Amino acid sequence: MSSTTASSSTGMAKTERFDPSIAHLTHVPRRHYGRWIASALILAAFAYVVKAFAEGQIDWAVVGQFFTAQSIISGLGNTIIMTACAMALGIGLGVLFAIMVMSPNPVLKAVAVFYIWFFRGTPLLLQLLIWFNLALVFPRIGIPGLFEARMVDVMTPFMATLLGLGINQGAYTAEVVRSGILSVDAGQTEAAKAIGMTRLTTLRRIVLPQAMRVIIPPVGNEVISMVKLTSIASVIGFAEVLRNAQTIYFANARVIELLIVSAGWYLIIVTILSIAQHFLERYFAKGSGRRSRRVTRPVVEG
Amino acid sequence: MMPIVIAADVRKTFGSVLALDSVSIEIAAGQVLCIVGPSGSGKSTLLRCINQLERIDSGAIWVDGELVGYRRIGHKLYELTDAEISRQRLTSGMVFQRFNLFQHMTVLENIIEGPMTVQKRRRSEVIEEAMALLERVGLSAKRDAYPSELSGGQQQRVAIARALAMKPKLMLFDEPTSALDPELVGEVLAVMRDLARSGMTMIVVTHELGFAREVANEVVFMDRGAIVERGSPQEVLMHPKQQRTRDFIAAVLA
Repeated sequence: MSSTTASSSTGMAKTERFDPSIAHLTHVPRRHYGRWIASALILAAFAYVVKAFAEGQIDWAVVGQFFTAQSIISGLGNTIIMTACAMALGIGLGVLFAIMVMSPNPVLKAVAVFYIWFFRGTPLLLQLLIWFNLALVFPRIGIPGLFEARMVDVMTPFMATLLGLGINQGAYTAEVVRSGILSVDAGQTEAAKAIGMTRLTTLRRIVLPQAMRVIIPPVGNEVISMVKLTSIASVIGFAEVLRNAQTIYFANARVIELLIVSAGWYLIIVTILSIAQHFLERYFAKGSGRRSRRVTRPVVEG
Repeated sequence: MMPIVIAADVRKTFGSVLALDSVSIEIAAGQVLCIVGPSGSGKSTLLRCINQLERIDSGAIWVDGELVGYRRIGHKLYELTDAEISRQRLTSGMVFQRFNLFQHMTVLENIIEGPMTVQKRRRSEVIEEAMALLERVGLSAKRDAYPSELSGGQQQRVAIARALAMKPKLMLFDEPTSALDPELVGEVLAVMRDLARSGMTMIVVTHELGFAREVANEVVFMDRGAIVERGSPQEVLMHPKQQRTRDFIAAVLA
């Protein structure tokens, strides 16, 4: 008697009174009516967009025809090669400069800080234009007595794009690698020193492999960004997929169709890369709690 | 016989904090020395200076007859290179409070990493020795486990095996049981006891007064960066002469 009056007076009358006989009743999950309404609205909007594209002035046959055109495929090849080369250069420089930034040597540190400051501080497009037009400042390049060449021969669109994208990427990757290195417990370094490892061996064998777990997701992100960034090289005439699509539509005026072709290919590459990233992350998670728990789940004997 | 470790007038500061105030100590080969004292007394710092995880401000340390961290030319001591310091560290093995096993390597990989990467020894031979060490610390069955799958006590026993794999002449223990759940302390102390019995020279920073009483040849009590009292376990732990030592022991046992 006293319990009902007490609960109603404190505003908690809604709570079911103690009654063991209701324990067998069926549980019904909460219904999410909002989600149903939202889904319906979104589907309707999506159908409208699809209908618009289907009825719009797009010749889908042209899209299909050019999707595997020789020029598009070779542009695609260049896009992939450039992504791989620029990213390799970027990661190499990133690791190098991250180590330099964290070095006790003040000269190395200053150089690395300057590098990161300069290449993060200027637009990529501007850097590409500088590399491509370097011949205006340095008509000839070489080491006296060893070799010499004309800059215009060396600084091809490929070379300028590679240097522009790779060196710029290095400045960003350096920061990613640095945060990865910082994420590794200092005790790991001390343990490595205690078994006689030098600073560089410790980095290579102990710190970097563990930093990878933190580095891979953002670098994966940057690889994906790089795929699309290569399109910026179309301005200096590097024959990647967008540039080749443009070349075609300048001739046949099928602008949107060819842009759709390019967009389709970018989406395909990015999707494949996302899947690869997933597996890479799993590999570098080895030894970390998340994965290992699954590996050692005790077998229930029965 | 020359002591295996000699520290003379070692001074170390962290910013404005004086961690070691002219500490002098020596330890003979085959001895077990336990260092006890309140936190912040400098006992871990002393251990880390012996292994060059910290650089001393002044004074000198010799390990196995070799001046640590410096080369004497005339009246000056010149700092050694990274490679030379790494070589000197091979004389001693270190066991940390927080184990510090390499998280990305299995138990076996942790143990063979040093012998293979640093000492460049043959893999088959190193694995054989590693398995013998795992047997000794009672963890043969865990050779392919990752550290995160082991209990604290198991991790610490692997850490001891990893240090022993380098065949050090001296083992340094930095509060090896302080991070362990109480029921896991015993298994680590058992391994250390076994190691002491085998004649290994050991310097152990610890709060386990029972272990110190039983295993140590000598006990040092440190407070505020200085050695307050040293002697046999009987003298220091049972009949301390200094008031500070008495207070500390009373506090630990309380």
